[in-house]
Amino acid sequence: MNNLIKGEKYDWEMVIGLEIHAQVKSNSKLFSSSSTKFGSSPNSQVSLVDAAMPGMLPVINKYCVEQAVKTGVGLNAKINNYSVFDRKNYFYADLPQGYQISQYKYPIVGEGKVTIDFKDGTSKDIRIVRLHLEQDAGKSLHDQNPSKTYVDLNRSGVALMEIVSEPDIRTPDEAGMYISKIRSILMYLDTCDGNMQEGSLRADVNISVRKPGDEYGTRCEIKNLNSIKFIKQAINYEAKRQIEILESGGSIEQNTMLFNTSTGKTRPMRNKEEAHDYRYFPDPDLLPLEISQEEIVKIKSSIPELPDELKNKFIEIYRLSNYDASVLTAEKQTSDYFNKTINSDSELKKYAKIVVNWITSELFSLLNKNNLDLNNSPVSPENLGQLIKLISTNEISGKIAKDVLEDMFSSGKTARQIVDEKGLQQVTDQGEIEKVIDEVIAENPKMVEQYLAGKDKLLGFFVGQAMKLTKGKANPKILNELLINKLKK
Amino acid sequence: MSKSSLKQTLKDLDTKKISIRELNQDYLKRIKENENLNVFIYFSEENVLKQIDNLENDNSAKKLKGIPIAIKDLFCTKSMPTTAASKILENFHPTYESFITQKLLDEGSIFVGKTNLDEFAMGSATNTSFFGNTINPLSKENEPLAPGGSSGGSAAAVAADLCLGATGTDTGGSIRQPASFCGVVGIKPTYGLCSRWGIAAFASSLDQAGIFSHNVEDASILLQSIAGFDQRDSTSAKVDIPNYFENLDDDLNGKTVGIPKEYSIDGTPMEISQIWEDAIKVLEKKGVKIKNISLPHTKYALPTYYIIAPAEASSNLARYDGVKYGFRSDEIDSLDEMYENTRAQGFGREVKRRILIGTYVLSAGYYDAYYLKAQKVRKLIANDFNNAFKECDFIVTPTAPSAAFPLNEKQNDPIKMYLNDVFTVPASLAGLPGISIPFGKDKNNLPLGIQILGKHFDEQQVFNAAVSLERSYE
Repeated sequence: MNNLIKGEKYDWEMVIGLEIHAQVKSNSKLFSSSSTKFGSSPNSQVSLVDAAMPGMLPVINKYCVEQAVKTGVGLNAKINNYSVFDRKNYFYADLPQGYQISQYKYPIVGEGKVTIDFKDGTSKDIRIVRLHLEQDAGKSLHDQNPSKTYVDLNRSGVALMEIVSEPDIRTPDEAGMYISKIRSILMYLDTCDGNMQEGSLRADVNISVRKPGDEYGTRCEIKNLNSIKFIKQAINYEAKRQIEILESGGSIEQNTMLFNTSTGKTRPMRNKEEAHDYRYFPDPDLLPLEISQEEIVKIKSSIPELPDELKNKFIEIYRLSNYDASVLTAEKQTSDYFNKTINSDSELKKYAKIVVNWITSELFSLLNKNNLDLNNSPVSPENLGQLIKLISTNEISGKIAKDVLEDMFSSGKTARQIVDEKGLQQVTDQGEIEKVIDEVIAENPKMVEQYLAGKDKLLGFFVGQAMKLTKGKANPKILNELLINKLKK
Repeated sequence: MSKSSLKQTLKDLDTKKISIRELNQDYLKRIKENENLNVFIYFSEENVLKQIDNLENDNSAKKLKGIPIAIKDLFCTKSMPTTAASKILENFHPTYESFITQKLLDEGSIFVGKTNLDEFAMGSATNTSFFGNTINPLSKENEPLAPGGSSGGSAAAVAADLCLGATGTDTGGSIRQPASFCGVVGIKPTYGLCSRWGIAAFASSLDQAGIFSHNVEDASILLQSIAGFDQRDSTSAKVDIPNYFENLDDDLNGKTVGIPKEYSIDGTPMEISQIWEDAIKVLEKKGVKIKNISLPHTKYALPTYYIIAPAEASSNLARYDGVKYGFRSDEIDSLDEMYENTRAQGFGREVKRRILIGTYVLSAGYYDAYYLKAQKVRKLIANDFNNAFKECDFIVTPTAPSAAFPLNEKQNDPIKMYLNDVFTVPASLAGLPGISIPFGKDKNNLPLGIQILGKHFDEQQVFNAAVSLERSYE
């Protein structure tokens, strides 16, 4: 695979690493009992601890720790029995303590890896450096008043998992696939809701460029991207910017950048002189976090099937392609839907590929058009199964089935009901089809002449005419065979 | 001045020899007579009378019902403002009650006021307070003496008999040293025995609340009331709290006392060495085995302490930024300016000095040489004690290297001031319990203190040794 991009003078390779910030799915914050509900009125979910009142102390939320361990297991990573919370010191209006509690030297999760799958059937491992727990900051609202900044502390203290990758990513698409895969794993594990719009999952992108085979170049970090689209845009823009500088003889300054979503450009956030010295040190208010092997085993046993396991299972049982299986397992709701559909009728197992296609193309496009999610699909897995059964037994044609699905989607009726009501059963009766063929031949003598003179392509015309007369119900295979025979006569 | 003890007062209240109102009127009168000592940052007669009213209508039995207690103004209290003796919290009214003051309230005690301290407990003379110096009640006329610090207000409140007990906090000696200077009893329990929840933090890994009282028995009663596990403090210990008072036993026969040779420091006044020797002799007479021990890393304790405590403080005090509560400067054209001016105007010199030291020792490039090394030395110091306690049941040393000094001495010499903590800091770093009891006088008839250190959570042994020495001295 050629991952190089062309500059004016040379070919360049991107080197990309991601720091994903995933909000831990938990009812309460990392060190306080305040609610984490999204969209509540400003400062309505702030405890004395979150507001850093004098004498207030953090107490670890054990559930968040379990969630982090679960996630570590899902990332095939080493769980550390001993980890330490540190203070990252800096001043900002929405950081009430004047420090963020994070994990620096001893993270709760160590090295791991995730696999991304390409359309061509190949796949690639992206290595994970670490996962650590940390507090989120509050929110500064600069647009509420011309001369004032307001601070909303609802998010202050919410638990985040920072997942740091090695710089193993080489293209914007890989970056997109990597974050999708992480999101998928977290959602299977139910350790993050994966909602990027609400900021539950965001990423900082580290990117540098180099000529193939060279050492890593100097990198820049693009902060706080909350959609896959923006991540790709930002990477593309930033890579071009760096290449232009390098090709014109300049050098890259290590910098923290912000991405402007309306202009599609990156710009430096702060310069070197303002670079922070965070003065990390172990938080003396908290004891080191110790997790026993037994606890880890217990948490491991509670973990559901993960996308890669499920993918391999689908490949093995249903003989699906690696790519089909990975599409199917990318989101838990999709694999759940597939499982329910294929298990709704024992016959369907033989038609797994058809089931995949009907879910990932026909049903998905209807859902997309109607801005719906698979979770609130008007067509239940059982009903889709019934439709596919009708196709597989030749009761209706694939073409008609599309109309039936649309009808099911809007009316909520079952496939059987619609097919019966509208009389859409496929015509397989030879005599009936022959009758129609005779009619078509009789009405188009000139065409028949031309066909017999060697214009084979006209067969399609006759098929179309016959289908028109049967309202698409004629079994295409039988129709074709009979038609060829009749024309030759 | 004949002072009634807490123990006796509880009896008198119980037998109705005196009413809660009469008792507290007596203390109120003395508080008003001693306003010149500047013991309290907050005192309101009305507030005290209200508490008396409430208790008079309360028929439930409570252990400390009606007992007047003074609270160091580092403990957050709902009914009284809390300042930490800083301008930055000048008008701060907590909406919550600290774990310890809540326990005291639950037991029915009456809070007479909030006592003065060094700003954010940083000092050894109660002279860095935004609200002015506290004067040691033992001062001669025209020669005001320092009460020690940082809990100088609480020590002075007990010494002047303005209450029957007071809370303090001790980070490097802030209970024991002022107790010694004011001639009262002061105990700093094991780190983790009393919850830090609701106490404005100075140095989290060292801060520990404790008690001032007229005598050891009273201290044992009061410590009992404030000790105990608190799930809101992750460093709070889950240990059984014995009934210290009931278990008091002054028979030390067969016990071993450790006498650390490193505490004989050149330049220590004769009188200090003398009372130390006297204490050892008394113990010997009581059948205690005298064991010379070595705590070899003692000399590193002060520098270690003055790295770790400021490091933690620099971070703990970051929350006072003018954004959420407390003082905010008027000169604020930008966020950075708001921070700079708020903190420049809101903090006093000593607090700023320690924030700067702490920021420095945690900075990139210096962290390993200072903070990390200090943490290692801290472990060595703790190990010294662990080894020593294999050979002895408790350790006896002087509490402070001098008696109370004149108010303005050492004011401009922080190093000299820091040397005050030389005998108290090692036990703080090791998290061990320590008590100071009055034991002898210097040539100016000022009280001197003896410090007794015990094993982790062995407050009972500390009390036993203390009560034994106290009774022999009386």
